[in-house]
Amino acid sequence: MSDLDAMYQEIILDHYKHPHRAGLREPYGSEVHHVNPTCGDEVTLRVHLDGTGEDAVVEDVSYDALGCSISQASVSVLTDLLVGKRVGDALEVHEAFVTLMQGRGGVEPDEDVLEDGVAFAGVAKFPARIKCALLGWMAWKDATSQVVAHPDHEEQS
Amino acid sequence: MSVQLPGLLEDLELVRKDFPILGRTLADGHPLVYLDSANTSQKPQVVIDTMVDHLERHNANVSRAVHQLGGESTEAFEAARDKVAAFIHAPSRDEVVFTKNATEALNLLANTMAWPGELQVGPGDEVLITEMEHHSNIVPWQLLTERTGATLRWFGLTDDGRLDLSNIDELVNERTKVVSLVWVSNMLGTVNPVREIADRAHQVGASVIVDASQAVPQMPVDVVASGADFLVFTGHKVVGPTGIGVLWGRRDLLGKLPPFHGGGEMIRTVTMERSTYADIPARFEAGTPPIVEAVGLGAAVDYLGHLGMADVRAHEEAITGYLLEGLATVGGLSIMGPTTVSDRGGAVAFELDEVHPHDVAQLLDSRGIAVRAGHHCAKPAHRRFGVQSSVRVSTYLYTTPEEIDALVEGLEYTKKYFRVD
Repeated sequence: MSDLDAMYQEIILDHYKHPHRAGLREPYGSEVHHVNPTCGDEVTLRVHLDGTGEDAVVEDVSYDALGCSISQASVSVLTDLLVGKRVGDALEVHEAFVTLMQGRGGVEPDEDVLEDGVAFAGVAKFPARIKCALLGWMAWKDATSQVVAHPDHEEQS
Repeated sequence: MSVQLPGLLEDLELVRKDFPILGRTLADGHPLVYLDSANTSQKPQVVIDTMVDHLERHNANVSRAVHQLGGESTEAFEAARDKVAAFIHAPSRDEVVFTKNATEALNLLANTMAWPGELQVGPGDEVLITEMEHHSNIVPWQLLTERTGATLRWFGLTDDGRLDLSNIDELVNERTKVVSLVWVSNMLGTVNPVREIADRAHQVGASVIVDASQAVPQMPVDVVASGADFLVFTGHKVVGPTGIGVLWGRRDLLGKLPPFHGGGEMIRTVTMERSTYADIPARFEAGTPPIVEAVGLGAAVDYLGHLGMADVRAHEEAITGYLLEGLATVGGLSIMGPTTVSDRGGAVAFELDEVHPHDVAQLLDSRGIAVRAGHHCAKPAHRRFGVQSSVRVSTYLYTTPEEIDALVEGLEYTKKYFRVD
């Protein structure tokens, strides 16, 4: 498989064409807007947690994203992986994904942890595209840490 | 050459041999197709050799050393100033100030205009720019107007990517102190009617600043005929090196600006209490300048002068026309900016339905074709056209019709790859 095909896996193209959980929904505990200043990709992302602290469960992640196939597919996969998980477990998946993306292609992804996220292994070989793959993930972490820090803000609408 | 177009540079194959990088082969054996010259141009061997020769044989600091090398280095540095002055038809070599790049030149102007003096911008004054500016000709003026209480205004754009001059009489008024505009847009490719706007601005006593970063590389430039009071460009887009830019200004106006950076070489004398300042251009060149970069820039404008800028412009028009024709055959592709070569430069920005610009650029890169994807430091212009980013193809004097063919094929391949019908 060429590097190009390794990056644009079928899974990624499918998520790009048919993104999961796209759109902004209520209720949500926090909303963030992240931008990749080098290319202009943007994502507005909302996180809704049920409960408090690390035992809280990720009830919903909704988003409005403008960007390339990699950044769009990545946030779509994120929602598949993290919605329904405890925040503590979700943060572990987050760390595994970040480690994969920053591994310059040398990290063997654990499919049990990352599921469809393993498809992004090929992106790690293209330094210019790693930020695309991480945009939604960094936004999710930011939004989640805001809800965890200020749980009383939950249930904005 | 299989495709012959009227206007192409004669001996294009020989010209291409002057640029060693154009012979490069990229991953998977694809020859380089470099279509990103509005970003930075490639360098001919003579520029590379001139810079190496300077470093190998003549390196010394300028204007300070009594020794022979210092003399040689100073002579080479100042000769570069002469070459640049001749290239842009500046009335005097002293009107050519070396900066780091065009951005620094614009910041020099926007910063020094904040201070007391005849050109000071203050509360109630207006600074007029355009919606198609590069960020480097927007942000410095935002900073200036925020700091001084002046008002920033701008010309809008028409749907076909030209300046909307319908309200020029309202925008250019007795409060207008500065008009700063791009000559050739780095995104839309539009060539703006600089002289017409400059004449109007001068009627109300405003200073006219022209960002010629994309103009000096691709057309004959006569700074006086342009109507500009100040004009900036950067070395690396005119087949020269990075790290060197040019501010040209009318002698009387440069002399009215207070100093920018303080330091060595910009002074006449220094005491612990105060300093007096050197005449232009030294007044604006504090510290050790980019010496070898200036020498390289001198070789670059010499090279362009030998080719002949009228011929470079004719080549650019011919190849851009061929590019526009080629892009018109690609279904689902929409161009932002003028779609004919009239009053148009060699940068063409477009969108391809259902494929994001980064993905287009990635697919083209896999075939050795280098283009730019993103907002090209012109976010407001993108917003004007309701898009977040675009693909930009930019040609130059070494671009061949075959490279445009390869691009068009690459775009069709991209559509297939992303399953666009």
